[in-house]
Amino acid sequence: MPMKITKFAFASLTILFLVAPLIAILPLAFTSSVILTYPIPSWSLRWFEELFFADAWRRAIVNSLIIGTGTTLLATVLGTAAALGLRNRLIFFRGTIRTLFLLPMVVPAVVLGVGMQVLLAGFGLTNSYAGVIIAHTVVAVPFVVVSVTGALAGIDERVELAAQSLGASPTTVFRRVTLPLAMPGVASGAVLAFATSLDEVVLTLFVAGPNQRTLARQMFSSIRENISPAIAAAAFLFIAATIIIALVVVLSRSMLAKRR
Amino acid sequence: MPEFIRFDRITKFYGPLCVVENLDLGIVKGEFVSLLGPSGSGKTTLLMMLAGFEQPTSGNILLEGTAINAVPTHKRDMGVVFQSYALFPHMSVGENVAFPLQMRGVGKAEIEKRVARALDMVQLSALAERRPSQLSGGQQQRVALSRALVFEPRVVLMDEPLGALDKQLREQMQLDIRDLHRRLGLTIVFVTHDQSEALTMSDRVAVFNKGKIEQIGTPRQVYDEPATRFVAEFIGETNLVEGVVEAVEGAEANVRLTSGAQIVSAVSGTVAPGQTVYLSIRPERVDLTEIRGDARNCLETEVTDSVYQGDHLRVQLQNAAYPLIAKLGRRSREFPPGTKVYAAFSAGDCRVIAP
Ligand SMILES: Nc1ncnc2c1ncn2[C@@H]1O[C@H](COP(=O)(O)OP(=O)(O)O)[C@@H](O)[C@H]1O
Ligand SMILES: [Mg+2]
Repeated sequence: MPMKITKFAFASLTILFLVAPLIAILPLAFTSSVILTYPIPSWSLRWFEELFFADAWRRAIVNSLIIGTGTTLLATVLGTAAALGLRNRLIFFRGTIRTLFLLPMVVPAVVLGVGMQVLLAGFGLTNSYAGVIIAHTVVAVPFVVVSVTGALAGIDERVELAAQSLGASPTTVFRRVTLPLAMPGVASGAVLAFATSLDEVVLTLFVAGPNQRTLARQMFSSIRENISPAIAAAAFLFIAATIIIALVVVLSRSMLAKRR
Repeated sequence: MPEFIRFDRITKFYGPLCVVENLDLGIVKGEFVSLLGPSGSGKTTLLMMLAGFEQPTSGNILLEGTAINAVPTHKRDMGVVFQSYALFPHMSVGENVAFPLQMRGVGKAEIEKRVARALDMVQLSALAERRPSQLSGGQQQRVALSRALVFEPRVVLMDEPLGALDKQLREQMQLDIRDLHRRLGLTIVFVTHDQSEALTMSDRVAVFNKGKIEQIGTPRQVYDEPATRFVAEFIGETNLVEGVVEAVEGAEANVRLTSGAQIVSAVSGTVAPGQTVYLSIRPERVDLTEIRGDARNCLETEVTDSVYQGDHLRVQLQNAAYPLIAKLGRRSREFPPGTKVYAAFSAGDCRVIAP
């Protein structure tokens, strides 16, 4: 019995530790005060108004959506293609290549950032949407590769062979069997790619110009300039988006499980 | 009858490993041929080459006289049934069965009609809306069967399709598939490692060993007239006794055992006097008598053990030089250990096998 209580207490403390920053910041999104501190004098939505109507914030949100969408499309296509290609047993050094695809997950972001800056400058892509999207795609692709590889690994190869024997050409097998079965993995990969882009600050600092300030980047700079509660409102938006994203991922996973 | 399928000197290597070696096999239309052999003997590989999933390293596969090596799987028009069912998990049972018809551009109304008929054939009409994951193993395998038959393929290939089912269901499905084969006049190539399954279902059985066919023949031939020691031991149970050929007269040979006893035995291959051979004697063909009767072959033995097994009595015997096993019908009297008996069998119940 005491063991159980200890376990429960420990678990509660861990969760508290993890969510404490959220508990600290979220209520401030609804403050009527002009500074980002407690106590909260009264409740108000003025900072959300600020977020959506102040030029800098509104542009940041739009930028995040543009860059996020671009990154999602590019990373999903590239990551899915890579995962499909890596299925081929005839590829030499398959394991090594797969590891290479996952490298951006572990390489320090600053290192990638510097490299990206130099590389994109060479192509004249710094300070452009394309440049930021490319940079974000590099860090988003591994998530898609992992997610789609997982879904593909769950496909019984004989199901595809059976489809062939029943008269389906290789492209038809892909369209009617492989892709539909991999779709939950593709969807959750896309969602993770979007989340990665939304959250990315370091690479953005290196490659984005003033016109590509994303929401995360805007929060980062405004907390140094003026500590306005608009940051808390932006954080609230982030949390809401993250929860929606998590729900989509969980739902697509359970869809995948149900099919099997 | 003209040959429908021919494997012409097929060899298959995986890297340095020779999996199928210079194999010849002909199959006629409407025939049920089993490929029987232990695991790893190359049966699946041969079937996969016929389906077009694998390419032979050398040799040709002919269908109605034309080589099909270059024809891709989806144009071969063969229905394949796997042990793992391989149903499309994201489609309903009905959609699964409709798939091959859609691939052939059959009209919607016609598809509906044929799917209904194909599901009816395997008694699954009521489950057309279900997902495969909602079915039992036996039901899934019947869906796979119905999907492989609905487009009236030229050949049906089955790779251990009943291997994952429990014994009772397996035996029922064996009879069902055999019935479908007869009713629809199908040509079936059936892979199995279960000898009783092969004997039950097939017109002919090809016994595989290490990538080669050791013997091909009717179930009766491979059981009663095994051509090699491997076939004799792999199919059913047998007594193998070593001896030396003394004389050959027509289809019979005189063989002297190491114990000195003389045996008259049927011969199917060619043996020469002086050759060392094995004799294969099926346990259920051995009769036990207390007095030396007038059977052609009679060995003096002693009972070492006797086990009642319900449908038969299994008696272990010791001759001067080697052990023997006899299976006696259930009406047989008891043979307690220590009893001295004669093991008697006719020349036709005994086979000479060159080692
Ligand atoms: N794709 C493959 N690559 C390498 N070796 C294989 C492959 N498929 C089968 N083999 C080998 O070929 C041999 C025969 O396999 P298989 O045809 O599956 O035998 P069976 O169906 O009679 O059990 C086995 O030793 C197996 O390991
Ligand atoms: Mg096999």
